[in-house]
Amino acid sequence: MIKMEPRQESSPWMPYVSPLLAGVLTLVTGAILFAALGQDPLFALKTVLITPISDAYGVGELFVKAGPILLCALGLSVAYRANVWNIGAEGQLLMGGLAGSALAVQFTDSEGLWLLPAVLLCGMVAGMLWAALAALLKTRFNTNEILTTIMLNYIAFNLLQYCVHGPLKDPHGFNFPESAMFADAARLPLLMEDARVHLGIILALAAAAAVWVLLGKSFLGYQIQVLGRDSRAAKMAGFKEKRLVWLVLLLSGGLAGLAGVGEVAGPIGQLVPQISPGYGYAAIIVAFLGRLHPVGVTLASILMALLFMGGEMVQIELNLPLALVGMFQGMLLFYLLACDVLILYRIRWVSPPATQTL
Amino acid sequence: MMDIELVNNVLQAAVRTGTPLLLVALGETVAEKSGVLNLGQEGMLLVGAVVGFITTLTTGSLFLGFMAALVAGVLMSMLFGVLVLKLNANQYATGLALTIFGTGLSAFVGAGYVGQPVTGLEPIAIPWLSDIPVIGNALFNQDLMVYLSFLATAALFWFFKSTRGGLIVKAVGESPDSANAIGLPVLPTRYLAVAFGGAMAGVAGGYLSLAYTPLWAENMSAGRGWIALALVVFASWRIERVMLGAYLFGLASILHLVAQGLGFSFPPNLLAMLPYVATILVLVMLSSNPARNKLYAPVSLGQPFFKST
Repeated sequence: MIKMEPRQESSPWMPYVSPLLAGVLTLVTGAILFAALGQDPLFALKTVLITPISDAYGVGELFVKAGPILLCALGLSVAYRANVWNIGAEGQLLMGGLAGSALAVQFTDSEGLWLLPAVLLCGMVAGMLWAALAALLKTRFNTNEILTTIMLNYIAFNLLQYCVHGPLKDPHGFNFPESAMFADAARLPLLMEDARVHLGIILALAAAAAVWVLLGKSFLGYQIQVLGRDSRAAKMAGFKEKRLVWLVLLLSGGLAGLAGVGEVAGPIGQLVPQISPGYGYAAIIVAFLGRLHPVGVTLASILMALLFMGGEMVQIELNLPLALVGMFQGMLLFYLLACDVLILYRIRWVSPPATQTL
Repeated sequence: MMDIELVNNVLQAAVRTGTPLLLVALGETVAEKSGVLNLGQEGMLLVGAVVGFITTLTTGSLFLGFMAALVAGVLMSMLFGVLVLKLNANQYATGLALTIFGTGLSAFVGAGYVGQPVTGLEPIAIPWLSDIPVIGNALFNQDLMVYLSFLATAALFWFFKSTRGGLIVKAVGESPDSANAIGLPVLPTRYLAVAFGGAMAGVAGGYLSLAYTPLWAENMSAGRGWIALALVVFASWRIERVMLGAYLFGLASILHLVAQGLGFSFPPNLLAMLPYVATILVLVMLSSNPARNKLYAPVSLGQPFFKST
């Protein structure tokens, strides 16, 4: 008989084991699922995890995808530490991409060095403004940020569709819902000759370092964490709760906006109807999986990027729907939440009660 | 001038559009009254929609489709229930996981069924009642599920107003410790409330893919699960207001019909934002007075329950 027993103290190492355990359980479930679908499970798992990164181009792609996920997840992990449930990274990302594109298409002939920084800044500010709406609603009107940020995601998506089918559509584009291609001066420079990996991943890693300093070394980071753990204690200590809520939302919005503009100014090169395969939602899982810590989040983003690539590979090689990715993402988060129980409880095998031996 | 024909059509469509919201929000109201906040409504809706659709497509039976959607919703909600009630996982995170998982699962399962046709539920005009001016057509010229949603609303209203079961659910949500102290089964009540929420969300999903549209498309719920969550707040956890709110939101979602009927033309993507903008505005109006929600919200909402021994 299995029994759950509270630990005397919460386990010091379980928080780090739990994500690994969740990953293993997801893989096992995945193997069973592939077998049930009539595939060779080992070959299928190899197709997901190894085939995508078996050449230099693939490794480059891994970082192309990990960049935006990491940027979004870093911001979310700061917000979640403050107990601010920003679910709106996807919308903030879309607004960043939209605003950056709106600027970039005005200067398709430009060669100015100022253009790329301006485009990136524009995207960041747009992401911040989109998150600022949620901050205003939360601090001024007391609305639940989960619901407002979700609604803002849907609004941002529709706004982007409107713009790409309307005002930002390329006038010479044969009526396709696409903007004009950006000038080279508005594109993020490539890091490798034969791959698409670009400056975005460097920006993301720099952001990870900055968040690490913020959370680990600054008084502001300390205030954020106190607020998240015990808002009454934060109040007693005189920390300004509303200011901190604004701060974490602006930070996560800015990073998500940068992720969005990094997509249009990076691998895509123009505004298209689909600029994100759900990076902003995946980043929620990444933030939890990475234990809201910049190092963990960085590792988890790379894993999530691999999952996105593996899903595409499975679609091509095994002819299975791309939606497999979303299912695995949800499964991963479920397993993680279940495994996290082991931080506070231990599982004991209890021998059956004596009455049964009589 | 709006002619009577347009008014009739708009009101009828508002009730129809509001019905899935009503079903989800009724289920979630019961779960929240027992103290459990399930953010996985969107995931349960989608899984209900796809399972119901596939069942009806393969068996040809709408009844079996709706039953399968209901069962799928319950199973999904129990994934959430075990994590939250047995393992005391964070309700926010687990609900989100349910939505992400359900979105992926439904898209995966339904990938081969996109665009296939089924014959959906047809409206049945109730004689006499459907001839009442203005509201007759809106309320009594609808399909069977709309009528069942009226019944469900009435039954739940009665359940919470005058039955012992309703009192137990409320007691468990307002003060689980006291409820436990007088011997009420706190966790079983919460399991049942969560399962009921799952059943309603599953059926609502079935309504989308078997009556409202009727077809299956990836992500076809388009945020209705989230809007329903806002609706519960809007309704202050009161059954009769859930119904009113659902139809108001239904109306907000079909304003483009009104606009078209009046001869205006707006870009469809901008009109598609309306329900989401309306949701935010409603949340703003209702939440700006924090005392109000404190007064109406179940006290233990979102909190895990630890049985003291």
